[in-house]
Amino acid sequence: MKTLKTIIIAGTIASSVLLSQIAEAATTIVVKGSDTLVILAQKWAEVYMSKNPDVKIQVTGGGSGTGFAALQNQTTHLCNASRKIKAKEIQACIAAFGKRPTEYKVALDGLSIYVNQDNPLKEITIEQLELIFTGKVKNWKELGGPDAPIVIYSRENSSGTYEFFKEHILKGKDFAASAQTMPGTAAIIQAIAKDKKGIGYGGAAYGVGVKHLNVKSDANSPAVEPTEENIVGGTYPIWRYLYVYVNPALDKGEIAKYLNWIRSDQGQAIVKEVGYYPLPKNLREN
Amino acid sequence: MHIAPAPSGHQVKQGGNMFNQNKNLQQSVGLRRGAFSRPIEYVIEKLLFLISLTAIIAIFFIFAFIGKEALPIFFGKTNSALVQEVIKPEDIDKYPAEKIRDYLGLSRSKYKKMPKDTLIMLLEVKAEAHKEIPESFKNDKDARVNTTDWKYLIMPHQWSGYDKPVYIWQPVSNIPKFNFMPLIIWSIKTTLLGILFAVPISVAAAIYVSQLARPSIREIAKPIIELFSGIPSVVIGFFALIVIATFFQEIFKYEIRLNAFVAGVALSLSVIPIVFSISEDALSSVPRSYVEGAYALGSTKWQAAWQVVVPAASSGILAAVVLGFGRAIGETMIVLMVTSASEMTWNIFAGARTITAAIAAEMAEVVFGGPHYRILFLLGALLFGFTFLANIIAQSAIAKFKEKFEGTK
Repeated sequence: MKTLKTIIIAGTIASSVLLSQIAEAATTIVVKGSDTLVILAQKWAEVYMSKNPDVKIQVTGGGSGTGFAALQNQTTHLCNASRKIKAKEIQACIAAFGKRPTEYKVALDGLSIYVNQDNPLKEITIEQLELIFTGKVKNWKELGGPDAPIVIYSRENSSGTYEFFKEHILKGKDFAASAQTMPGTAAIIQAIAKDKKGIGYGGAAYGVGVKHLNVKSDANSPAVEPTEENIVGGTYPIWRYLYVYVNPALDKGEIAKYLNWIRSDQGQAIVKEVGYYPLPKNLREN
Repeated sequence: MHIAPAPSGHQVKQGGNMFNQNKNLQQSVGLRRGAFSRPIEYVIEKLLFLISLTAIIAIFFIFAFIGKEALPIFFGKTNSALVQEVIKPEDIDKYPAEKIRDYLGLSRSKYKKMPKDTLIMLLEVKAEAHKEIPESFKNDKDARVNTTDWKYLIMPHQWSGYDKPVYIWQPVSNIPKFNFMPLIIWSIKTTLLGILFAVPISVAAAIYVSQLARPSIREIAKPIIELFSGIPSVVIGFFALIVIATFFQEIFKYEIRLNAFVAGVALSLSVIPIVFSISEDALSSVPRSYVEGAYALGSTKWQAAWQVVVPAASSGILAAVVLGFGRAIGETMIVLMVTSASEMTWNIFAGARTITAAIAAEMAEVVFGGPHYRILFLLGALLFGFTFLANIIAQSAIAKFKEKFEGTK
């Protein structure tokens, strides 16, 4: 009889403890979207959860398009995106929850132009890049290099970098048909490290084994090296934002706190660890 | 008395201890077979039936879903033109409701439920998107073209900025170009290369293992070759990316590192176990009397294998090749890792992006429900058609083979 009592008491205590824990851990933030951002988002979530044990953050990738679809279906709270939201996706959000999603810029990504270590070229203008990548300039000779054809390495059209490059450097024109689309930045670097005639683009924080060209906005401006200082300071011309989108109706309480923290000095300090660059001071919260 | 094992069990028992076992026999053979006399077996049977039915229904639903997502392309319901007619938000009352609904692409029930200010918001977004089109593109000759029209999907077209009509897959663009002929040609090119490498090797290995090898060698060789099929394709892809691509680059000195040739070699690694296993089965099931007949006529081991067994098993080998083709064309991870796209060409040392790789890489980033998304589903349906056809051919070849030796279909 006595043992039964103890069991009942122990059971009640255990279940109440369990219940209270469940109640405390009720805040779960679901984050979904771009694969480019998934490592950064996981790192943020890890650090944030260790400081705020009552918040659980679930991060999954799948791509920006997948993230926006989840945002519309309201199966995610936050959507990571390596590209800006498209008009059609805004429409779908409005149709689903009656509001435009709120856009937060959360980090910078600087893009470098890679060439082979043995390439004598040191700097390049944006206009020359346009001519090279659209296939108008086909020989290194035309840029003051050796007499050799230019081999262009590009990314797949699903890459946010591809889209950014096409829009801002190529001014919306198509990449040359001869451009090889590589399955990732690592593949581009690997190819260019072996190919003396190669040129490609990718994250500025990557690229051991290849040379990063200094970039001039136009023929008369100075050539700028893709360093953190120049990218965050805005003097290096090729960079893009990375975004987080949220349904404005959900942008309160723990979610708003988390979004603020991401853009605080603490959150931005983590950005560098995964190969991106922190936001300039004026874009941060607090 | 001991009875030697014979092919069918209960005949033996009957012969042995007929009187003692007669009662048990009735139960074990199941002479009372009604649903109520054996309820558990009845339930199990129905459960198994349901399980197999779900598999069939699932396949049907998958295809129905893919087809449904691709259907707007067939009916010309998608419009990917860059510049489209704009209805200004303030003009909402000037147009009939049906026109606004159509313009916003909403379903009737959704349109009915939607408050007016939400509609205005939608119109605003559309008008803003139109404003953001770069000026240089607004007067482009292709800006008003619906590029998802079949004419542009399969025929070459001279886009502005190009000096000749081209087949081109550039779906992420101001003027998206969805011509998927390059993807099809790239797919066929890599698949054929894969088959070309895999078939001679695996059929030769099958002939050796089933006809020529000593039993001790066969017992080791067969399971080891079949073990190949257990290698995850991502591992083969990684191996191809790091080792095979570099190895052949040093031999052939090709410019494009990730090309159709490398993809073909990598694909053959995943196809070999399938072709080997099925053609080995086909060769082994040729009746022993064929070989013995050949020996009796004085032929050597090799002559018997090559001139008697292989022709006899040819339809089985054909089935193996076709199934291998189906596997190769549907393989995704390997080609995703080791191919790169560039111009549309049959050159084996040029890049090649297969349909599967394009779907896998692009699906995640596209606007859901947009033209690019629909085209990818269309490609998925096409791929389904390819593998379906391959399977049907293989099945009929196997049926023919069975008919020949077993007299049954």
